[in-house]
This record gives sequence, structure tokens and C-alpha cells, in this order.
Amino acid sequence: MSFDAETLNRLSRLAALDISPDQLRSLGGEMDSILALITQLQATDTAGLTPLAHPLSVLGEITLRLRADVAAAGIDRAANMENAPETENGLFLVPKVLE
Amino acid sequence: MNWEIVIGIETHVQLATNSKIFSNAPTAFGAPPNTQASVVDLALPGTLPVLNGQAVQYAIKFGLAVNDGRSDNIARRSVFARKNYFYPDLPKGYQISQFESPVVTGGSVTIYVDGMEKVVTLTRAHLEEDAGKSLHEGLETAGVSGIDLNRAGTPLLEVVSEPDMRSAAEAVAYAKALHGIVTWIGICDGNMQEGSFRCDANVSVRLVGAPLGTRCEIKNLNSFRFMEKAINYETRRQIELIEDGGKVIQQTRLYDADRDETRAMRSKEDAMDYRYFPDPDLLPLAISDSDIAKAQAGMPELPGTALLRYLAEPLQIREDQAIEYRKGRRRDIDAGWSQVQYGLPRAVATQLVSDKKRNDYFEATIQAAENPKYGLLVANWVVGEVTAYVNDAGGTFGNPPLTPAQLALLARRIDDGTISGKTAKEIFHFIARGDLVGSADDAVDQLIAERGLRQVSDTGAIEKIVDEVLAKNEKSVAEFKSGKEKALQALVGQVMKASAGKANPGQVNDVLRKKLAD
Amino acid sequence: MAILDIAKRLAGREVSAVELAQDSLGKINALRDLNAFLHVDPDLTLAEARRADARREAGGGEGKPLLGVPIAHKDIFVTRDWRSTAGSKMLANYVSPFDATVVTRLSEAGMVCVGKLNCDEFAMGSSNENSAFGPVKNPWDTSCIPGGSSGGSAAAIAAGIVPATTGTDTGGSLRQPAAMCGITAIKPTYGRVSRYGMIAFASSLDQGGPMARSAEDCALLLDAMVGFDPLDSTSLDTQEAKVPVWRAFSDQIASKRPPDKDFDGLRVGVPKEFFAAGLAPDVAARVHEAIATFEKHGATIVAISLPRTALSIPTYYVIAPAEASSNLSRFDGMRFGHRAADYKDLGDMIAKSRAEGFGREVQRRILTGAYVLSHGYYDAYYLQAQRVRRLIADDFQDAFKSCDLIMGPVAPTTAWKIGEKSSDPVAMYLEDIFTLGVSLAGLPGMSVPCGFDASNLPVGLQIIGNYFQEPAMLAAAHRYQQLTDWHLRIPGAAT
Repeated sequence: MSFDAETLNRLSRLAALDISPDQLRSLGGEMDSILALITQLQATDTAGLTPLAHPLSVLGEITLRLRADVAAAGIDRAANMENAPETENGLFLVPKVLE
Repeated sequence: MNWEIVIGIETHVQLATNSKIFSNAPTAFGAPPNTQASVVDLALPGTLPVLNGQAVQYAIKFGLAVNDGRSDNIARRSVFARKNYFYPDLPKGYQISQFESPVVTGGSVTIYVDGMEKVVTLTRAHLEEDAGKSLHEGLETAGVSGIDLNRAGTPLLEVVSEPDMRSAAEAVAYAKALHGIVTWIGICDGNMQEGSFRCDANVSVRLVGAPLGTRCEIKNLNSFRFMEKAINYETRRQIELIEDGGKVIQQTRLYDADRDETRAMRSKEDAMDYRYFPDPDLLPLAISDSDIAKAQAGMPELPGTALLRYLAEPLQIREDQAIEYRKGRRRDIDAGWSQVQYGLPRAVATQLVSDKKRNDYFEATIQAAENPKYGLLVANWVVGEVTAYVNDAGGTFGNPPLTPAQLALLARRIDDGTISGKTAKEIFHFIARGDLVGSADDAVDQLIAERGLRQVSDTGAIEKIVDEVLAKNEKSVAEFKSGKEKALQALVGQVMKASAGKANPGQVNDVLRKKLAD
Repeated sequence: MAILDIAKRLAGREVSAVELAQDSLGKINALRDLNAFLHVDPDLTLAEARRADARREAGGGEGKPLLGVPIAHKDIFVTRDWRSTAGSKMLANYVSPFDATVVTRLSEAGMVCVGKLNCDEFAMGSSNENSAFGPVKNPWDTSCIPGGSSGGSAAAIAAGIVPATTGTDTGGSLRQPAAMCGITAIKPTYGRVSRYGMIAFASSLDQGGPMARSAEDCALLLDAMVGFDPLDSTSLDTQEAKVPVWRAFSDQIASKRPPDKDFDGLRVGVPKEFFAAGLAPDVAARVHEAIATFEKHGATIVAISLPRTALSIPTYYVIAPAEASSNLSRFDGMRFGHRAADYKDLGDMIAKSRAEGFGREVQRRILTGAYVLSHGYYDAYYLQAQRVRRLIADDFQDAFKSCDLIMGPVAPTTAWKIGEKSSDPVAMYLEDIFTLGVSLAGLPGMSVPCGFDASNLPVGLQIIGNYFQEPAMLAAAHRYQQLTDWHLRIPGAAT
């Protein structure tokens, strides 16, 4: 089991990371040792166990709290968009989206 | 070749909440870009989702509405999951949706096509957040798209049907019926131009008896007309492709209304691995008995139930029994009325249950008339004259031309013979135009009195006019006596003219026939 | 100086908030070689300090021991007035339009922020060498790492720059740097401290907490930080979560004990797996001595087992990267953060911006996360890890049947040299063996200084409690700190 180039390429596409072929090569070795580490998990017998998604559900079923349907006023668009690389008339600008 | 078309529909129903599903930004349509995008909607670092309880109530109501009011299709525990992919209108780089445990599983929608009833089963319905919008034109800067995240985070209920439909007509009937349900129960405003109700159609073809063919998904059909055309085009495309020896490739397609064709989308979405996993920022959603009871209490009578009630044979109500209905009304508006049956013809009844506001108007009118015996008369008026007026005037049943009380009185006066149907129409238009002063409940009686619109039903008076007309129309008399039924109509017309339209037409007919038989 | 003593001096007008702030700012400058601080703005700080002094003048000091006391925040907490970088080039110039809830609460308590603290990028790391802005140096030995990811937060306390800092802990990032720097820190029960405004790493593990010189100081700070936040759906609203930390802590330390029997009635569980091969001898010795102190003063020592201690490493390194890979998807160069200068099209822009903005460790974890969540691997990795997580949490519950607090080392070694382990990510991961399980179970965990190794590098004692046992843990640590003076030692590198 290893992170071959094809796997790394697929993952870097999924993760939208433009990793150069050189970097991918060195990354491959590191990812291999990570993979070897995490694959240790498969030796554990976990038949019949429910995944623990939220640590506190160990104490008892803990469920989602709901919010009242009240719309807040005062969204500060200028403040919210202040870190945007490029804007025009209140829109975030990005390279053209092709459908 | 014997081709069978297989269609399943996925609908994104925008829920009519005040605020978004996971943030408290407003959801109103049409605001300037990004003025309704909160820090949570923009996915700024450190922001977290908090679920809107009303969205859950609306999902429960939907579940009840497609299951005859029963709640066994509503999950008592459901989970929100992240659907991961990159797109400019998806600020977090993932959409919060539901994957393995949706809030509603199962249910059905009944459709009528070509007089045949068909039940379309629902696979599921789940809650998720809407994405933002990209604008590609009208920007000063070149080579860019503009992103507006006002819509990002609006609550959606994604409704998935089983692939039960076998024609474009069935698909459209399903979409319309679903549209009727979600607007009826008030969870969606149904405005398709504003994107409140968006359908994707999954279409495949196969030879009858063969296994399912490869399907293509046609996305974002936001009108029933386009849906029909798109499905028809896609069906032809697939059949031609296969008949030419080709294979249908699974892909996502868009409908181009200008060219009336579907074409493949350029995005690589088809190969996308969404890496769904339960959202660790949200705990499982628990729905309790009291949540369901709350939703049930807030539900109007479902259209299916109302339809049965409208079709069922009416009970004969005497005036003194009508008083009991009135008493029921005082205690609780629906107490007595929720059981009332009207014995309406199917065509009228189906129309009545297709529009909630109009239906509310019908019910309110009957209650104002205080006797369900007026059911058929009022129903015909509501789906006929009143609807025509509302459509022509571009109005709505939220603001009807006659108040329920006014229409109720009009119905009573037709029924008790005070006015003829023709006169009633005149009175209707008079009040609708607003020529009458005020909006008084007794406007109809006022008008009848002021304009002397009472029809003449006094037999003696009618006989007098009939005698005069018979005397002046010997030719018609002779024609009738020699077998020409049409001559009677001419004589009726003369009597109506002579009485300035006020003679009771039914009585005129009777009196004429009696006298001609002599 | 203890925070309560600072508070006394402020109340007695012996010193002002402005003077304290100036003192901290001066030290930041004098010790800038440590590279503990990122964005510092003296004008902003002094304005806050003046407001604190004015508030005290107006009578607002009553019952507010933190009013006017300086603090610095880990750059994982967003702040409106200072940049928030998360130690990353991706957010090098990011200014948040809102404050983290933790920041707001400490500010409302009157604390004066002197700046933002360096950390491992997006809190991923155990040495603070993963920061885009350079490593932080350990004040005890500036050729050594301070620990991570809250390395700047720990160094700032150890060097005496500020009496209080905030940090975050996902797999040990409060406890381990505290141990490496000889200071006190506590990671609370999951859900007690709001995550709103904490730049997310792993959502089901992240918790904010205080770092300071003593357990008493930590109790004061934690008290101001905890509490239900409606903006965080994982924030706890239960009865146990509502018990006030400071009051419960004060009640515990006030309770009478027999002379020399400070820990009478306390059962201390010592996991055998925490003392297996790989533990540096000096660390083992100091920790044993600390536990012996507890025993000498009345505690009962109970041998316990946490059988899946080693398994916590792969479990964590599946779950944390999985959640992180998704949490970091929002960094796409479109609405904030780094955007590449050259690109062909939209997809290219996103991929290049991310590749340029994220450091190597972050990229590794994103790829690992994408892998374990991807179709075909989800069950074998992610779900499997969540199941093992339940086993680990159950192990702790079993252990707590026979003890009240669990004690052991925080890390297998003391601080290592900068650059010594940074070439092997997995070697770094193995360092986390004693802290990861606590995070996976959502339990509270503390680090308390308990001595030094032969190189005069600090050793930390880890105290682990059951859910909501923070007051008991802090009280035990406080009593220990009355009997010892490790927590009062100051490195030579500090002024």
C-alpha cells in the first residue's frame, strides 16, 4: 500500500492543491509513512461499535440546539468584504466561471 | 422499437423562512449583492453554523403532507453531512446537507394525467443550504465573474422522487403537484422565476422489459414548460443515439431554451468524489413527539383531504342545523366546517384544492353564507367568474374583488330567486370595479335595492308579459307548435326583453310552455 | 507574580493598566528574538489599557480581578483590531470583522491585549516550526523548540512577557508547549469554551484554554472563558457545564485538609502505558517524583491501564486531518486570504493560491484528510477511527471507576533542538502519544511544571480529569504548587 503518483495526483486535485511534480515526489515518501501509521488502525476489531462523532455523546445522547427564525439587521458588507482580493459593486470577483 | 422512458425528479424547494438555515442573515429576494451575506455565509475564518428551527418545522410539515398527516416517515434522529467540492458560489468549499440519514424518508404524491391517477413515491427529502450566485455579464472588469452570496445559506428541502414517471407529461404533473403541496402548506412561496422551486430531471430510456438505461441529469429546470420540452428533447436524443448504435454517457446537462436542446455541462462534477462525512460542527438533529405535534397543529387541511370532502355527498342541512354550524364557527373556525362535505364535481373540486389562497376564499365564503348547501354555487363562482376577474386584473385571492361576505350574499340572492344569474354577474362586476361606496357586507342588497334589480318572479306579472309577447309573436308561436324548439328561445328572449331582463328565466320558460301547450 | 497579586496592585493603585501594558510591550521588544509575537500594535494596546484604567476609576473594578491585566492571544483567535494569521501565509494580512467569543469575554473581563501570538500553522504541529513566520524559541534554551502548536503562547508566559495567554489544544497543543516551557495550562472539557472565532483545525477536537504561571491563574482565566455560546452549536448548555469554575475551584481549595494530607481522599490513577519504552528517563523520573509528592501528602496511587494509548496516534491522525481538510477548503483565494498572482483560470487560481498559501505540514494533512474521506476508504479509515475513538473514550471511563484523576507525563521527551525532528512528520506525531487520547475523548487535561531534566529543560506533569472536573484538577494542581516551586522558576533567557 502506498501513495503512488496517481493517487497523489487525484488527491491534490480533490484538495485543489497545485503541487509540482518535484514536490509530489518528496511528498510521496512522507505520505507513505503517514499511511503506514494510520493503517495500523485496521488491525483493531471494532465490530458492533458505533462511531464516536462527538466526544460528549459518551455521557449520553446529545443533540442539536435550534435557533429562532429571526433575521438579524445590520450586515456590514464593507467590513465583511474588506479582505477580498478583488471586488466590483459589492460582488466578489473571480476568474470567469465556465459552466 | 418499444421504448420506455424512465424519469425521476429532484426538486430544490426553498423554504420560506425569515433567516437562513445556518445563519441569521435575512432571506428576502432581490437585495443588493452580498448585503444579506453574514460572516457565517461568507465562511470567514472562525464562523460556525447554528440551525434554524423553523426550517426543521417546515421539513416536518412536508413529511406530514406527503404521508396523509402521519409521521412515520419523519426521522427522529437525522444527521447533517458535509458535501465537499470547490466552486465560487460555495464559500466553505463544502455544502452542509444530509446524506445517510435525511429528515424525511418516503411519502408519495398523487398525480392525474389523462384522467388516470398515479401515485409517485418519494425516496426522501432532506435539508441543506443553498449556494450563492455567479454573474457572468455586465461587469466592468474583463474576464471575471462576480459572486453574490445573498442566496448562500438559504434553507432548501431537496425532495427526491423514485424514478416512477414514464413521460414528460407525468413528470410535469408531478412537479406541479409537488409545487401545489409546498405552497399549500406554506413552506415555500413557489415563485419559480425567483428560484424558489427548482427541478432537476433524471432521464433514461430502455426497451420495455429491459434493465434501467444510463441516465442523464438535466439541471435547474425552473419552469414547467421548459421541463416538458427539455425532457422531450432529451428522450429523443437518447433514443436516437441508441438507435444509431451509440451509448448514453452518464452526464449532467443543461436545457437551452433558445435552441430547445440539452447540452452537456463543462464542469467535471460527474467524476467528483464528495467525501461526505457527518458535519462535526453540528450535533445530530433530534425530532420529538412535541416537535411533530407542533407541526401538525400548524398544518392546514391537506389538499387531498379537502378534495375527498368536496367530492363526498353533501348532507342535507336544514336552516336550524345551519345554526349549529354557525355555533361551531364561533367556538373554533374549523370545528364544524372541517367536516363539511359538498358533493362537488371532480373538475371543480380539483381546481379548488390547487390554490390555497383561493381555497381559503371559498371556505370563508361558505362560512359567511352559513350553510354548506351553497357549496356548488359558490365553488362555480370562485373557480369561474372570480378567478377570471382576478387573473385579468392581475390580482390575487389575498385581495379578492368581493369579500367572502359579499360573495356569500350574492350566492344567497341567486339561490333564493331574488336575482337571476345574469344580474348576479352584473352586480359582481359592479362591486369588483369599486363603483359601490365602501366594502359593506350587504353591498349586494344595497345594489339590488338602489337599481331595482330584483327579478320578477311573480307568476301573475310574468303571465301578463307572456300573454303580450305571445300576442305579438304569432309566427314564433306557430313555429314552435309545428315542432321547432328553437322558436321557444326566441319567445323567451322576447319576454326577457319586455321585462327589461328582470323576469325569472326559469319561470318564464315554465309559463311559456304551459301557455303554448294550451 | 500571580494574577491575583497583580489585581491587588491595580486595585491599590500601586500600578496602572497602562504601566503594565507598557512593561509587556517593552518586554516583547526586548525579547523579540524569541519570535513569540506576530502582530503587535502599541497604540491599540495602550488605548485598551487606558480604557481599563478609566473603567476602574468609574468603579468598574469591583469583582473583576482581570481588569487591566495584560494578555496575548494565540493567532488562531480572530480579533478585529489585530491581524489574525493562524501562523499561515494564507492569512498573512487577514483582518477579521469580528472578535472570537473567547476574546470578547476576556475583553469584557477587562483584560488588555498586548498582541497576537505565533503558532504552528493552523495549529498543526508540536514544535511551532510550522509557522510561516519563523519558529518560536524556547526561553529556557533558545536553540530549542517551545513545543506546539501554542508555542508563542507558552514562550510568552515562560519569558515573563505577559501573565496570561490563550492557546488552543486539538491533540495536545496547550499541554505540550506548557510542559516544554515549564508553565501551567489547561485544556477544558470539549464544548466548555466556545469555538466561535477560533480558526478551525479539527472541529470535534479543538478547544481553547488559558496558559499562565499557576493553576490559580488558569482557574481565573478559564472561569472567564467558559460558558454557553449560542453561536457555537457544539457549545455546552448543560447543568454540569454551568458550574462556575472559579467558585468551585475556590470551594475545593478552601476545604479543610488534615495537616500534610492535602490530597487526602484523592485517588490518582497512573496508566502503565504512559511509562513504557520511549519515555526519556529524566521525564519519567520527574513525573514519578511528582506523583510521589501526591502520595506523600495523602493521595492513593492506583495502577490503571489505558490499553489503546498507542492506538490514539493513528486514530487522531485520521480524524484530525479529515476534519481539517474540509475546514480548510474555505481558503480558496476568492473572498479573503492569499490569492496567487499568476494563474490560467479559476481552477488554477484556487489550486495555486492554496499551494502557495499553505505550508508543507498543512498540505500533508489536507491530503491525508482527503484520502481517508474518499470513496472506498471512508469506512476503513474514517469510520474505523471513529469507532476506535469510542474504545479510547470507554477506556478512560473504565479507568475513572477506580481513580479520580489520572497522572503521567505530557510528552515522552523534553524540548528538542529546532530542526531536529522537522524532517520526519511521523516522528513528530509520535511525540503526541500521551495527549491525543484525552482530546479524542473530549476530556479535560492539564500540564503542570514538575521539574527539569539534566539540560535544565522543563518537564510537565499531565493531570487528566473526567468530564467537567476542571475545578478538582485545578485544585489538586494548586495544592501541588503550594508544596513545590517548579512553577515559579524563571528561565535565564528572560529579563
